[in-house]
Amino acid sequence: MPRLRRDETTSVRFTLNGEAVSRRADPRMLLSDFLRHECGATGTHVGCEHGVCGACTIRIDGTMARACLTLAVQVEGAEIETVEGLAPEPGRLSVLQDAFRRHHALQCGFCTAGILMSLDTLFSDEPEADEVRIRDVLGGHLCRCTGYEPIVRAALDAVSRLRSGKTNV
Amino acid sequence: MGVGFAAESGRHTGMSRLRVEDAALLSGSGQFIDDLAKPARLAHAAILRSSEPHALIRSIDVAKARALPGVHAVVTGEDVRSLSSPLVVGVKLPMECWPIAVDRVRYVGEPVAIVVAADRYVAEDGLDLIEIDYEPLPAVVTPHAALDRVNPPLHEAIGTNLVNERRFSYGDPETAFAAAAHRITVSVAYPRNAVTPIETYGVIAQYDPHAGTYDVTANFQGPFSIHAVLSRALKVPGNRLRLRTPPDSGGSFGVKQGVFPYIVLVSLAARIAGQPVKWIEDRLEHLTASVSATNRLVTLEAAVEADGLITALSWDQVEDVGAYLRAPEPATLYRMHGNMTGAYAIPNVAIRNRVVVTNKTPTGLNRGFGGPQVYFALERLTAKIAAELSLDPVAVIRRNLIPSDAFPYRTATGGLYDSGDYAGALDIALRNGRYQELLARRDAMRAQGRLYGIGHAAVVEPSVSNMGYVSTVMTPAERAKAGPKNGAQATATVALDPVGSVSVHVASVPQGQGHRTVLGQVVADVLGIRPEDVQVVTELDTARDAWSIASGNYASRFAPAVAGTAKLAAERIRDKLAAIAAGQINVRPDEVIFEGGRALARHNPDNAIPFARLAAMSHWAPATVGGGEVQALRETVYWTPPQLAAPDSEDHVNSSLCHGFIFDFCGVEIDRETGRIVVDRYVTMHDCGTILHPAMVDGQVRGGFANAIGAALYEEYAYDSDGAFLAGTFADYLVPTVAEVPAPEILHFETASPFTPLGAKGVGEGNCMSTPAALANAVSDALGVGIERLPMTPAMIRAICGGAEPARPVSAEAPANSPEPVIAGRGLTGSGAAEFAVSQQELWNTLLDPDTLAGIIPGCHSVTRVADTHFRADVTLGVGPVKGRYTVDVELSNLVEPASAILSGTARGALGSGSGRGHVWLEATGAGTRLSYEYEARVGGKVAAVGGRLLDGAARMVIGQFFKALGRQARKASGQAGNAGWLARLFGGTR
Repeated sequence: MPRLRRDETTSVRFTLNGEAVSRRADPRMLLSDFLRHECGATGTHVGCEHGVCGACTIRIDGTMARACLTLAVQVEGAEIETVEGLAPEPGRLSVLQDAFRRHHALQCGFCTAGILMSLDTLFSDEPEADEVRIRDVLGGHLCRCTGYEPIVRAALDAVSRLRSGKTNV
Repeated sequence: MGVGFAAESGRHTGMSRLRVEDAALLSGSGQFIDDLAKPARLAHAAILRSSEPHALIRSIDVAKARALPGVHAVVTGEDVRSLSSPLVVGVKLPMECWPIAVDRVRYVGEPVAIVVAADRYVAEDGLDLIEIDYEPLPAVVTPHAALDRVNPPLHEAIGTNLVNERRFSYGDPETAFAAAAHRITVSVAYPRNAVTPIETYGVIAQYDPHAGTYDVTANFQGPFSIHAVLSRALKVPGNRLRLRTPPDSGGSFGVKQGVFPYIVLVSLAARIAGQPVKWIEDRLEHLTASVSATNRLVTLEAAVEADGLITALSWDQVEDVGAYLRAPEPATLYRMHGNMTGAYAIPNVAIRNRVVVTNKTPTGLNRGFGGPQVYFALERLTAKIAAELSLDPVAVIRRNLIPSDAFPYRTATGGLYDSGDYAGALDIALRNGRYQELLARRDAMRAQGRLYGIGHAAVVEPSVSNMGYVSTVMTPAERAKAGPKNGAQATATVALDPVGSVSVHVASVPQGQGHRTVLGQVVADVLGIRPEDVQVVTELDTARDAWSIASGNYASRFAPAVAGTAKLAAERIRDKLAAIAAGQINVRPDEVIFEGGRALARHNPDNAIPFARLAAMSHWAPATVGGGEVQALRETVYWTPPQLAAPDSEDHVNSSLCHGFIFDFCGVEIDRETGRIVVDRYVTMHDCGTILHPAMVDGQVRGGFANAIGAALYEEYAYDSDGAFLAGTFADYLVPTVAEVPAPEILHFETASPFTPLGAKGVGEGNCMSTPAALANAVSDALGVGIERLPMTPAMIRAICGGAEPARPVSAEAPANSPEPVIAGRGLTGSGAAEFAVSQQELWNTLLDPDTLAGIIPGCHSVTRVADTHFRADVTLGVGPVKGRYTVDVELSNLVEPASAILSGTARGALGSGSGRGHVWLEATGAGTRLSYEYEARVGGKVAAVGGRLLDGAARMVIGQFFKALGRQARKASGQAGNAGWLARLFGGTR
């Protein structure tokens, strides 16, 4: 592990949604700021910067994580996935994204990126996830607009489609 | 609710179409303010905020911050005063409302200085280098304290903290009360809270010194009457303040109205720095100092007949607006003025309205805006009437509802209710909501000995505010002098381009409400085209777009006012197109209809012209069309309803255009042991007029309901009794998660509004008004004790119903022999004792020696002796996430050497402040000396706001470390060898 100095930037290399990124970061630079303002990936949102609201949830090496509680220099060598990488191709939506649209599971859309990342990770880790598990994972996110119920419905719809292989959106 | 799709040429309005907004938001390509492309040379601002609730600013030293590399400018109140004017205050008062502290701070979180730097990290470094010398003043925290003239005024020129008082009388309340069979009263307190959005405030500002213009982008939501406040504060004409909004905004719920003082501050910072400046608020700033609903004390008395008929109401409201009467306050207090009788036909009303200032964050727009405060009192009162007169609560509601044949109905205070069938909606709600089942369930639960209650609320939800209602705060004579204010201007523009495609623009700035989707439906229906062929833009640019003071997205005005105005604009362009088409297909204009993407002859559908060709004609062939007034290119409609007149000379005011009806009932169960309230069932019936998009209406209901669960059970912007703010994180300010929000059963009833173009009424705020009251009524029913305060926390409920505290689980045994501070608010008190193997005198000497103390106080860098009994220490302390450096002053008094002393002290640092007092006793024992102590301390600033939950642990640890080091030091001084095992046993004490 290299020793970092406060006044020197450090080289950080990782993949962002499959694309190689190589940049320099201040040791104290938050990953949320780095992704948004250095890499231009503004789909990950910042709501509280203390890890409660969940808006900045991303995937680091396959595990959901709060970008606001991670330093950019910590992801050296990691695979980072964000909301920008969810859709199968530009102009299309994933099964989960499409379920959100059909169930009106978003209003302002600010917290949505983090919720999508958590659910997407849950469904890939636990294809049999039931409503209890879905609610358990959603408990790590704050949404002010929807009252959550449409999000739960969208998640149940998506996981059932994913299970049955109905993935044409 | 289902997802519906209309046929291509059918009626789209009223269908739950997929939202056009969603694909971008779901893919991470939304355009929120912090996502926008950066202007060249953009700098970043961070704001230093007051740690003190009330203090004079003796001095601000920004030299070190200015000298920090990367810092471009530091702005203080002095700079702001020299370049701008105070924000206009809505009531004639000698109160200067600046967006930053000038000479004096009046609430925790009030801006004190701004650092502009190359990036946000450096800007925040700069904040740490600013030194402020405060002279604390007593804080006035509660509305009771504000009414007590003993307490110092926040604004000396006013001389009192009661800044406005008005009394109103409608009908003959005195006679009604004198004749009443019963007089029944509730006294309730509504707390401070806000539907804090997940996206915080953001402002990007630039200043052109040559033209003298400010160009600002902010996630402001309106009302754009505030634009006039801003341009006046910035001392420029309106056309030299270009205010724009980003395409997306991450929720607002009223709260983003409160970004406006920061528009002034960031604009001035850009001017001073000579470059564009961006400021994105953080969560601590937002919770501490953005905006809050008003907390209000209400005493409401009813004159009641034996059958529950209310013949008169007497309101006494004390509105706490925080430290300043900031625009548009006191609007929260007057927004409901036409609705003070709610859903009931009550002919006689007396009102006493008082507005007070306290050392808390200024208040402003928040979902429900005045409704939650009014209905918490009114609906607790109807429930109490039923309880006291042993009547069925539903019967009391029904007895008082406005009769179904009385609409449009004029309320005693001047409101004009557009439409409704309240009794009809109530009956359907009871039937379809299975009310009888709920009654049976309560009986069954109670038979098992469980605490179960049922609550109800009937409310009228106003929407489309009359821009003149706030002037009800003025006397009729003052209003006459000031000139009339009224109306609710909405604007919409429909434009045709050279290929005949349709664009729509409205001045409504949505924050997630799907305006673009609905406007596409509405305009497509008028023009007979597909919604996907209509392009809608909702961001606003005051330099280019049509707008007026009522523009913006608030008061649930979109569906009734804005969408309706878009319909009118589309109709205007359709009528022009019909005239042009008439010449093309040789029929009379009134025989032209629009459907299926064509204009066609009503009686001969084959005689048609494609819509796009017709719509393009005024671009390509204006001479053929006829030019001038005839051509169809772009139509902008300004619409204001005639029903929204200014308050009359007797203070009657129709404060809103539309009035929806809500009837809620619910069942709750209370866990006696934990005080937890479980919402077992919740039924909410809404009449919001004609429904334009059912899924979005249900989305508004669900969202408002979830917000209301928070307000009723969890959320409070809490302050300590000394004015410290206590809810600076989402771990302290408890926004409900999916685990806390049940799914309400939503029912609808439609009575179209005769006053709006589409028959729609607002629906965004109703549950914020009805749900806290319905839940409080259910809890009151379960407990048999009337709830008078919110939020109904487990602690509050247990205080009412709880028995003895259940035994502590064995596994969670408290560690023995540790001092246990007791939290009282964020005040700490504690006591403890420790034994030392040294003499009384040796311990005494150690305690009073600065060099020794420097070595044993945890985190201490130095101790100097300012006077014989006055020490000053420089200490670094961390509490939870907040680690900072503090200057600690300790004075000793009542010295009885070597037996006892009193230590009193203060601590000050960038992250907060504290004060405390301790009593120390030294007592000789056989083995050495026993030191016992008691202390009480209070803390403020960031430490209190974000670290409060951790303070007891931190205090325990610091005290523990101190005594450990003291023991070691005292033995060293007395020449004894250290003995770790002995020490370990000695350290600590008992309470």
